[in-house]
Amino acid sequence: MVRTTATAACTAALLAATSLAAEADPIKIGFVSTLSGPSAALGVHMRDGFQLAVKELGGKLGGQPTEVIVVDDELKPDVAVTKVKALLDRDHVDVVAGVVFSNVMMAIAKPIFESETFIVSGNAGPSPLAGAGCSPYFFAASYQNDQNHETMGAYAQAQGYKKVVLMTPNYQAGKDSMAGFKRHFKGEVLDEIFTPLGQLDFAAEIAKIVAAGPDAVFTFMPGGMGVNLVKQWSQAGLTGKLPFLSAFTVDETTLPATQDAALGLMSGAEWAPNLDTAENKAFVAAYEKEYGVVPSLYAAQGYDAAKLIDGALKATGGKVADKPAFRKALASAPFKSVRGAFSFSTNGYPKQNFYVVRAAKRADGKFATEIVSKVFDNAPDAYVAACPLK
Amino acid sequence: MSFTLLAVQILNGLQLGVILFLVAAGLTLVFGVMDFVNLAHGVQYMLGAYLTAVAVAATGHFGLGLAAGLVGSLALGFAFEVLLFRHLTRRDHLEQVLATFAVILIVTDLVRMIFGPAPLPLRLPELFTGSIRMMPGLAYPIWRLVVIGAGLAVAFLLWVLITRTRTGMLLRAGSTHPEMVSALGVDIDRVFLFVFAFGAMLAGFAGAMAGPILSIEPAMGDNVLILAFVVIVIGGIGAVRGALVASLIVGLVDTLGRAFATDLLRLVVDRSAAAQAGPAIASMAIYVFMAAVLIFKPTGLFTGERAWTRTR
Repeated sequence: MVRTTATAACTAALLAATSLAAEADPIKIGFVSTLSGPSAALGVHMRDGFQLAVKELGGKLGGQPTEVIVVDDELKPDVAVTKVKALLDRDHVDVVAGVVFSNVMMAIAKPIFESETFIVSGNAGPSPLAGAGCSPYFFAASYQNDQNHETMGAYAQAQGYKKVVLMTPNYQAGKDSMAGFKRHFKGEVLDEIFTPLGQLDFAAEIAKIVAAGPDAVFTFMPGGMGVNLVKQWSQAGLTGKLPFLSAFTVDETTLPATQDAALGLMSGAEWAPNLDTAENKAFVAAYEKEYGVVPSLYAAQGYDAAKLIDGALKATGGKVADKPAFRKALASAPFKSVRGAFSFSTNGYPKQNFYVVRAAKRADGKFATEIVSKVFDNAPDAYVAACPLK
Repeated sequence: MSFTLLAVQILNGLQLGVILFLVAAGLTLVFGVMDFVNLAHGVQYMLGAYLTAVAVAATGHFGLGLAAGLVGSLALGFAFEVLLFRHLTRRDHLEQVLATFAVILIVTDLVRMIFGPAPLPLRLPELFTGSIRMMPGLAYPIWRLVVIGAGLAVAFLLWVLITRTRTGMLLRAGSTHPEMVSALGVDIDRVFLFVFAFGAMLAGFAGAMAGPILSIEPAMGDNVLILAFVVIVIGGIGAVRGALVASLIVGLVDTLGRAFATDLLRLVVDRSAAAQAGPAIASMAIYVFMAAVLIFKPTGLFTGERAWTRTR
């Protein structure tokens, strides 16, 4: 009896000590994501992936009690800047993570870098932050934006397509997408079609593409635009006839809406649910159990972002204050990515494999992308040489 | 540019125009007859698509789902009118704009909370999944032809309803002389209630018809609403005939602009400049057209007797 009481007292004391420690030094993560508007599905996946990893780690990153403050950037750069400034000045977050869209990233990068806070991107990998404008405070747990488009360009070249038509929305990322595709594609580009951002009916463009008579079409239509394009492509009887190559268009965020219409369409990606690593199998199973849907690459990147921060914190003993030490820890990529091989170039962007993936229906009736072939092996981005960081 | 490509693009333009007409018809009736600015009309388009998608998924039959969607849209129209809009009909336009804008925000977010941000699938009815081969390699979906046909049929029915029936007579009289109509013993508020609910149902019908082509998502009404306002400004506020003609013009100008502006520009400037300017010019085309109409005919193309209903 006495013994039990003593043990209980000890436990209580220990608990008190830990909770005191927790109050003294919790890790605060400011998580920026797009959670409203037509593109919210991407942000929801990325956030859920991140939260899943934190949950699996017992609510801790690097063994430290962790508070994740999620904010919605509404896909508006000005809104994002206001909210990020609040994260930095009011909440004093240790690390910022997330960010789906590059225009948001470009807007919030400056205040974050100026406050000497680290940001771990869960998706956006804009080229201005990869080359001459790279920062010691930036790490991408995702990719450099051009790379998935480059993957499709290289694939089109390898398939021997001679003539292609490119179609993207008329904004910076669309133009970057075409540039990325053309970096490895040496054939003829018959036409470059720019559509207004947010356009929903592609009937006119589809007729134009068919009239041009290409061997294949490459497109980048994120979110609802991609859903519509894929459905209309199928309704025009082109699925399976004219090769449809894309990036960020056919993935697990759009497949629930397009379903059968997307079957067989090809995309460039650095990850797919069936990628064969032990970490990935566990992640996909846990994600499906937790949220009831198949994870997308945004979810995988969010998950990896949390694991990356966790690994770096473990290496520094939970300390972020020593900036060079924490940067060194992050740069060594001290975690097992669901993607397998994963390391950082000097600009904070990953070196990793890229694959061509195809939309398929799984045995359980759910839709997912699956890997067709590897296109790039352990590939760095195209801008790293221009980055002065060592 | 072959003739068949032009024909296909004209069909595409007509189909966009017909969808716009279905939305704009209700909007212009409510605006013209009740002098009510209803920004929430796009929400009714979105709700029609959602109701139909849910009903089709529940019944497994497109026809039944569509019927349920229409009844649901009509019921929602009644509910909106009774709960909110009838209290605003005699207020000024600014208050109507503010209140109906609030409805957009609230309903859009409610739909997002219930159905999630991801688009909802709506399968084509089996009967219309086929396509017609119009040019080499391109199949034209029958559904788009059905949409065109249905829209033109609705236009014809509206014409009969407004010009050939007693209800239409009351509607036309109520739009210009509401006090006189009341004095003759007609419950004008009841007429307005039915006009409003009917307009909501037309918008819902447009959403249901567009559902299999476009993606059904919470914000789908926003783009359509702007185009529908462009249509009623061009056609003349309150003019259903004007809405029909203006919808078809807007649909054609927008589609043909997107299809051919870049190619036409290439004839005069070099390739890269055309690729830059073409899309910009195409997306401006309908607004330039609207500006031109406002300069030369500020009340819209169709006004007065020829407009089916009179305009204010």
